[in-house]
Amino acid sequence: MPDQVLFAIEVMLNGLMAGVLYALVALGFVLIFKASGIFNYAQGVMALFAALTLVGIMEGQVPFEHLINVVFGTEIHGFGWTVPALLAIILTMVVMVIFAWLVNKLVLRHLVNQEPIILFMATIGLAYFLEGLGDMMWGSDIKALDVGLPQGLNTWIDETTFNLFGYGFYIDNLDISAAIIAALLVAGLVVFSQYTKQGRALRAVADDHQAALSVGISLNYIWVLTWSIAGFVALVAGIMWGAKSGVQFSLSLIALKALPVLMLGGFTSIPGAIVGGLIIGVGEKLFEFLVGPLVGGATENWFAYVLALIFLVFRPQGLFGERLIERV
Amino acid sequence: MKTRILAGALAAAMVTGPALAELTFPSLSYRTGPYAANGIPFADGYADYFTLLNERDGGIGGEMINMIECETGYNTEKGVECYESTKGEGALVYQPLSTGITYQLIPRVTADGIPLHTLGYGRTSAANGKVFEWVFNYPATYWDGASVAIKYLLDENGGDLSGKKIALVYHNSAYGKEPIRTLTELSGQHGFDLLELPVDHPGQEQRSTWVQVRQQRPDYVLMWGWGVMNQVAIQEAVNIRFPMENFIGIWWSGSENDVKPAGDGANGYKALNFHAPGADFAIYDDLKTHVYDAGKAAGAGDQMGTVLYNRGLYAAMIAAEGARKAQEIHGVSAITPAQMRDGLEQLAIDEARMEELGLGGFGPTFESSCASHGGSGRVAVNQWNAADGKWEVLTDYIQSDQELIGRLVEEDSVAYAEENGIEMRCQ
Repeated sequence: MPDQVLFAIEVMLNGLMAGVLYALVALGFVLIFKASGIFNYAQGVMALFAALTLVGIMEGQVPFEHLINVVFGTEIHGFGWTVPALLAIILTMVVMVIFAWLVNKLVLRHLVNQEPIILFMATIGLAYFLEGLGDMMWGSDIKALDVGLPQGLNTWIDETTFNLFGYGFYIDNLDISAAIIAALLVAGLVVFSQYTKQGRALRAVADDHQAALSVGISLNYIWVLTWSIAGFVALVAGIMWGAKSGVQFSLSLIALKALPVLMLGGFTSIPGAIVGGLIIGVGEKLFEFLVGPLVGGATENWFAYVLALIFLVFRPQGLFGERLIERV
Repeated sequence: MKTRILAGALAAAMVTGPALAELTFPSLSYRTGPYAANGIPFADGYADYFTLLNERDGGIGGEMINMIECETGYNTEKGVECYESTKGEGALVYQPLSTGITYQLIPRVTADGIPLHTLGYGRTSAANGKVFEWVFNYPATYWDGASVAIKYLLDENGGDLSGKKIALVYHNSAYGKEPIRTLTELSGQHGFDLLELPVDHPGQEQRSTWVQVRQQRPDYVLMWGWGVMNQVAIQEAVNIRFPMENFIGIWWSGSENDVKPAGDGANGYKALNFHAPGADFAIYDDLKTHVYDAGKAAGAGDQMGTVLYNRGLYAAMIAAEGARKAQEIHGVSAITPAQMRDGLEQLAIDEARMEELGLGGFGPTFESSCASHGGSGRVAVNQWNAADGKWEVLTDYIQSDQELIGRLVEEDSVAYAEENGIEMRCQ
């Protein structure tokens, strides 16, 4: 096989892997939008906050350490213990559930029946608040995150493809883990929404708030549940992206990668987020490989949006989005 | 009665208020946002140096220093706001630590007559003082960095780079593109192939770039990155098993923040620098006595000896030495921004002076003049030792190709002068 074809296949496979990571971020947006019609601007910051909390707990850091030292003149530098990754993930999830409860109690409950733009603006405020809170709680330094997931070139794929084609493909072990975790996550979400009472209630609220309320489903409970699940998805995304770059404040910018995925896959579809992520991942990587060198490279950011816009021309609701028909 | 209360309050404020500060140094810092991890150590070093001068020496030449910190969040608009809100306070020199803010401030400081010092960043051709009267970028520029990187690789390869392939992985911005011109010239001179690989902001996802590196198999990779782009690039290089000793970053890709997330894999990664890392300098004894132990350290007080903290110290030292020189030239202690410009323009940092400051061997010696605002262009190569968790100095300060850099600076700055109708000075 010619080298260029092999290179293109390698790029495509890496695009699929990158797409899974984009989809992980997009999933959080979809869950909240589907259940409450809110475009949650804070989803990227939630991923950052969850990852910061996870590392902080793992390293035995005292929350608000610097603030406590300044105010009380103490010299606190951590609890002096470390926490195993699995326990730290569970504790972080508890924090994300508390966060979800607080968001509902302090923000969303007071904005019921407001215009979507008001709710969107509330999430902008939430994003800035959460970023500041994360900074105060855990500090601004870059933290290495290691929850035990393998990282680096997959030797088996490298050797196998080398024996077959004379060129070894580079696939990152972390990306393979991300793909498996994303698949389990989506399967879990499908089982939850289809076969559990809470999942059915969640779908009922997503379909029609008023009808769900009329049959006794608590909107508050469903919103806390949705934001908690979105918090869990944010934690998974934070772990995957944080393992690549270290946990740092630019992690919140991963939300930018989810927007074209949402435009393409639709804001209300979980399969849409996955398929959209894969299309964007493969599309941007192949475009960069084939056309990038002709136009000076660095095409990925803008090409993802162009690709999403092209899809929108033909399907304004996105690939899997629900077509809205409003009668007046 | 009201008047008496007011007069009393005013008198009390005059008695108990802070002493009137005479030398104002704004610190356009970023302690928040995506680049905070880099902004904090620099801002801490910058503040701690001025605190040391105030506490130990009573300021500079008898005048206390007033450092005004303004948060930019590495945002260009906020940086300009900070400039506008502080320039009326008698600001003597601005050091924004951002190429984006620098480009916006160049016309403003030129109009307002306030010096701008961009320590190893900003617009490279501002090194020509004949065109850029108010801008300084010593001790080294990006073009010096590119030249020194190639000189170092020439040394490593017995003086011959012909047939070698060198990739430049760069932030797709004005900053990242700065070395391309120099490297293109050097590629022609030395016969190596230059492979340009831009990375879009912020650089969180670089898989395409590193798949290309793997496919193209360059002998060396140079990097002009900032923030998360650095950490991801180093991790990707580790992932594809690129030999780290053949990977060299510019000084903005060479702090502890950049290498630590990749763990042991980053061992051997190299970076250029125009000052030393670590805390083995006499000044740290004074900092400990007068600043840290006195509870006056900036921020959390946990950045001592890191590359970016040292860079903040170095930036403040140059500002302070510029002010000292201005006082000496003009025979006054309370200097104006125009006098500060004179001080920065006649600044001479020699080894004897560095020793006096407790910074012997900390940075290259250099002299400034009316025409030359770019310094000596001498840069060292450092290497990351992951086991010890510290940067090691690998070479002496290497002199850049001054003939080439001088020609490029002249061409670019003269074109800028013609575009903007600037009359050449220092004739």
